[in-house]
Amino acid sequence: MLRHLISAADLTRDDAVLILDTAEEMARVADRPIKKLPTLRGRTVVNLFFEDSTRTRISFEAAEKRLSADVINFTAKGSSVSKGESLKDTAQTLEAMGVDAVVIRHGASGAPYRLANSGWIDAAVINAGDGTHQHPTQALLDAFTMRRRLVGRDAGLGQDLGGRRITVVGDILHSRVARSNVDLLHTLGAQVTLVAPPTLVPVGVGSWPCEVSYDLDAVLPKSDAVMMLRVQRERMNAAFFPTEREYSRRYGLDGDRMARMPEHAVVMHPGPMVRGMEITAEVADSDRCTVVEQVANGVSIRMAVLYLLLGGNEPAVTHTRTEEKSDR
Amino acid sequence: MSKILIRGAKVLGHDPQDVLIDGETIAEVGTGLSADGAEVVEADGKVLLPGLVDLHTHLREPGREDSETVLTGTRAAASGGFTAVFAMANTFPVADTAGVVEQVYRLGRDHGYCDVQPIGAVTVGLEGRNLAELGAMHESAAGVTVFSDDGKCVHDAVIMRRALEYVKAFGGVVAQHAQEPRLTEGAEMNEGVVSAELGLGGWPAVAEESIIARDVLLAEHVGSRVHICHLSTAGSVEIVRWAKSRGIAVTAEVTPHHLLLTDELVRTYNPVYKVNPPLRTERDVLALREALADGTIDIVATDHAPHPHEDKDCEWAAAAMGMVGLETALAVVQETMVDTGLLTWAGVADRMSVKPAEIGRAEGHGRPVSAGEPANLTLVDTAYRGSVDPAGFASRSRNTPYEGRELPGRVTHTWLRGKATLVDGKLT
Ligand SMILES: [Zn+2]
Repeated sequence: MLRHLISAADLTRDDAVLILDTAEEMARVADRPIKKLPTLRGRTVVNLFFEDSTRTRISFEAAEKRLSADVINFTAKGSSVSKGESLKDTAQTLEAMGVDAVVIRHGASGAPYRLANSGWIDAAVINAGDGTHQHPTQALLDAFTMRRRLVGRDAGLGQDLGGRRITVVGDILHSRVARSNVDLLHTLGAQVTLVAPPTLVPVGVGSWPCEVSYDLDAVLPKSDAVMMLRVQRERMNAAFFPTEREYSRRYGLDGDRMARMPEHAVVMHPGPMVRGMEITAEVADSDRCTVVEQVANGVSIRMAVLYLLLGGNEPAVTHTRTEEKSDR
Repeated sequence: MSKILIRGAKVLGHDPQDVLIDGETIAEVGTGLSADGAEVVEADGKVLLPGLVDLHTHLREPGREDSETVLTGTRAAASGGFTAVFAMANTFPVADTAGVVEQVYRLGRDHGYCDVQPIGAVTVGLEGRNLAELGAMHESAAGVTVFSDDGKCVHDAVIMRRALEYVKAFGGVVAQHAQEPRLTEGAEMNEGVVSAELGLGGWPAVAEESIIARDVLLAEHVGSRVHICHLSTAGSVEIVRWAKSRGIAVTAEVTPHHLLLTDELVRTYNPVYKVNPPLRTERDVLALREALADGTIDIVATDHAPHPHEDKDCEWAAAAMGMVGLETALAVVQETMVDTGLLTWAGVADRMSVKPAEIGRAEGHGRPVSAGEPANLTLVDTAYRGSVDPAGFASRSRNTPYEGRELPGRVTHTWLRGKATLVDGKLT
């Protein structure tokens, strides 16, 4: 395994499958009355959030606590960071406190990479989303959700997503989720198609391992999973598309469109959803939509990543099974 | 004044000759010159060039003396073989009045390492709205002839047109930093394959090219000359080539870093590679080299842009744009142009001394190495190869993209009007 998790592109197929399999083990822990493992007892993890994201922070925090880590939450707002302290100084302060891992969310693309590679700290760095670059744990939890739904919870163990057709729809240009998913899904053998108005596809996308289409209706019948990305209303003001109504008419997912998908196909969304924009309430609330599962799976994936980066060679779950027995 | 005999120097790279300096002037050039009464410098096959002239330097004084001063910047210049530098106007306060340009000019003259020719701002405060007092800056002791809002583009077509027209009255030239502002909002690196992957804001080539296209047409229309700063794309080369073929009075510069480095380096997210205009692709680099060789691009200019360590020791988005360049310029030009066979040393003298002096009307600089000319000279050990160590820089800043990179060539001596400013690689 890697020492840091900065980009989904850094993972090999075997790394990724190992994370997904480990997350399945972690998920079983969540089904128990006592959801805690002693794996990271005595280790300190900092959640260093320069950007507001309660959902992601809570997910990491739950994962860290289930692994018995000591957790420090550091939010940039109102702290020395917003008063101009540099990322380097903040990192070195944390280093002095003896942290073992830093989970970092930052508005600037590349900030986690700099943190991991500039000699500022020794701790493991986990990217919890940087600018419009990467959000690798999101891609992993998405792949985990797809594998469960499309391959099967037990049948999926050891398996990748070979041959599955995944469609990602929305603001590709500004999306770290799209970049991470393209990288990881390709590594896992899936065929990825991006769908967006041409204004929201980056120049240079031609080198990505995926297809690009401007026509959602043509792609839907050939999709095993359709991932809808949030589209911020303010993009409209920068002329990325004319109006909200036109966007949802051309690229939004409603009940009629969902009916054109194969029966087994699922609808995914990394959240938060803008209902009425990229997705209608009917679709969001249907049982083909995996939004709630994705949230639960996020905790398992983050437990797996933390365990594999920090836990060393000890098995994560066997050692708890004994503990669990004694609890009963 | 004293006499100096430079013995056995390959003048402009040709067969070895002796050059005798008497006082501020070159007294004689020939073979077997008498050393009588002269201090002898054994050139031993090193290449002798006219003192280099940089049309694009940021000296940072007044206002940002933490990154560079006129003294440290001109010492860096002498160290890199320069005898004249043009100091950009984006200081604090902006060099948009006679007072500021005279101050910078005097500081350069008092320190004596390198002539400093201030560039005046085109518009008040570099804000692109009202013309600065261009005439007053020209008439001042600084005698400004080059005007630029560098760092910002004169984006308003009417203001640009007026500036081009206005400076004709005294032979001035506007040096444009070509960057269409709307197309580069939030821009952080060249827009292309690498920016798409890294998720950094794209800086499209067209943002540069569209301004150059507009400005060469404006220059043609009003019959003015225009200079394009730091050309960075293959498309810009084609536009300038086309403009020159039409007889438009356009000149253009390229920086050493755009001749060597590409946007692939940004994959490290190391802000030492963050620069304006951004590093482009391999295809652009090759087009720029070819254009410098065939004369489409007239000169090399460093865009020496010092920044304090903390402005680069951070995440990409927070970092300042720019690189220091005075002390590595000639080495990079040797690496990319001479050692590749694209340019002779005579060609280097033309692109780094003669032409920049001509464009900026720097009197006494860029002159032939012959009797009666001012003794502004640079001696280069072209056989040298070594890795760049910023700790040895004379500049106050260390933001070089070449740290640890092996480059050829080393300036050993620089003379400014007969006075040595650099001897055996050491500043005097
Ligand atoms: Zn500039």
